[in-house]
Amino acid sequence: MTDLNKMTLADARNNLRAGEITSVELTEACLDAVDAADALNAFVHNTPELALEQAQAADVRLAEGDAPSMCGLPLGIKDLFCTKGVPSQAASAILNGFKPEYESTVSQNLFDAGAVMLGKLNMDEFAMGSSNETSTYGDVINPWRRGNDAIPLTPGGSSGGSASAVAADLCLAATGTDTGGSIRQPAAFAGITGIKPTYGRCSRWGIIAFASSLDQAGPMTKTVRDSAIMLEAMCGHDAKDSTSADIPVPNFEAMLTGDVRGKVIGIPKEYRMNGMPAEIEQLWADGTAMLKDAGAEIRDITLPHTKYALPAYYVIAPAEASSNLARYDGVRYGHRATLEAGDGITEMYEKTRAEGFGPEVQRRVMIGTYVLSAGFYDAYYNRARRVRALIKKDFEDVFAAGVDAILTPATPSAAFGLGEMKDADPVQMYLNDVFTVTVNLAGLPGISIPAGLDAQGLPLGLQLIGKPWEEGDLLNTAYALENAAGFVAKPQKWW
Amino acid sequence: MSIDQNTAAKVAKLARIKVEDDALPALAQEFNNILGFIEQLNEVDVEGVEPMTSVTPMRLKRREDVVTDGGMADTVMSNAPDAREGFFAVPKVVE
Repeated sequence: MTDLNKMTLADARNNLRAGEITSVELTEACLDAVDAADALNAFVHNTPELALEQAQAADVRLAEGDAPSMCGLPLGIKDLFCTKGVPSQAASAILNGFKPEYESTVSQNLFDAGAVMLGKLNMDEFAMGSSNETSTYGDVINPWRRGNDAIPLTPGGSSGGSASAVAADLCLAATGTDTGGSIRQPAAFAGITGIKPTYGRCSRWGIIAFASSLDQAGPMTKTVRDSAIMLEAMCGHDAKDSTSADIPVPNFEAMLTGDVRGKVIGIPKEYRMNGMPAEIEQLWADGTAMLKDAGAEIRDITLPHTKYALPAYYVIAPAEASSNLARYDGVRYGHRATLEAGDGITEMYEKTRAEGFGPEVQRRVMIGTYVLSAGFYDAYYNRARRVRALIKKDFEDVFAAGVDAILTPATPSAAFGLGEMKDADPVQMYLNDVFTVTVNLAGLPGISIPAGLDAQGLPLGLQLIGKPWEEGDLLNTAYALENAAGFVAKPQKWW
Repeated sequence: MSIDQNTAAKVAKLARIKVEDDALPALAQEFNNILGFIEQLNEVDVEGVEPMTSVTPMRLKRREDVVTDGGMADTVMSNAPDAREGFFAVPKVVE
């Protein structure tokens, strides 16, 4: 059998269980694909020995008929997840050489479910970025191109390595994390599916922290069914994360009926932005029509505080980041600057952090420091938290009025060229997250699925937003939309 | 609210990030752009709205106040840039 690496999780699982293929064969196919894809710069720490060891163990379990949900399935793991004995540095130079002595809960859950790790995936430094251009490992390249134009495009960020690797069939699926859109925006740019679950579904323990009240892990996969399978394996209560929800995790895959008759889909008028490309507008209208044809009721809704989500986010996220990143002091792990004679501990901190953090991380840490500093705490931080409460209430009001899910575009544009935003104001880059960031602020589940191509042949995504803890229902609505959209395009292999 | 070079230097100091003097004007300008964007929040009527502390209404779990882990000094220090005799080593902090 050829091209095993191109399989979905569901197909590979079924073939493994039927004894048609082995995990070792599947894993070797992926490792070959990874080796041949250096040009994408998606995988940054390869773990072929670990992968084959895990694959052999999975084959034993499969032969014994003891195959859990992810048994033998090869994955890529975002560099933000601490993986025992394997470099985990959040794509930052300040964590050069860091090898955790422990395993993150989410990666442990996946391993317990039988998954195989191929290696660690590139990302924006500390998950701060929307184009994967802030990584200490260098840019990730999107496997998609504008027709025959060889200009390298961004896979989005911060989970850019995950998006690129899944789109290019280097792995069957990957983990991502999402603080303001870092799963959903790259998924849209790379023509794959990505879900950010409700805040508290996935344990944050062992995931290098960016903004703790917003961070959530989730799967990035080739199909909605694969997202359902992998999300279930990632979720679950964890005593080591005090915000982890102690509620049962349903069988998400069993909830995929494709039946959305009678469901109420909200279309928020505030997401119709000035200057939005006509193709995105059209995609949104098409998606709305597809859900209507499938029997859903379409309702115009209003989320009045949408406009203030990005500015609130750019107070809250940097504030939390400035606290979380205070731990990188050159004492316990990672980089320490070379000191000159007479340098004391303050110089050690300042030089270490100046050398170890890239410009975007430094910018956000300092903005966070400023908005939390004496005299500005109320004016910036507390005001942003009040606005956040209003944004959350906007969603609660529409759900209370009977809306089951909300349909929006995933991104305001298709993938752009690497370097194209280089001279732009940082605020211009932040606008990438305009449709996704509200979901993090409100703690809701959101999924991005590929729904069409633009005139240049690049994928475009739609986002569905669901009620808290209703990932199963959300995945089912996404499944109906996926069936109707029939997106099957793949990038032409050039790497 | 406009940030001048002195304020930018003060923020860098608070954040413990060394910024060279010649980089301060550009840094101050970046802060002003971002803070200008954030200023939009002043348009929102937040009278009577409590600052949000938790995305889901939940009581934090409690557990017995007992030691659950430990006794692994070597493991804890395995990634330290400079560890000696069971301690993290840093430049002299007390004269």
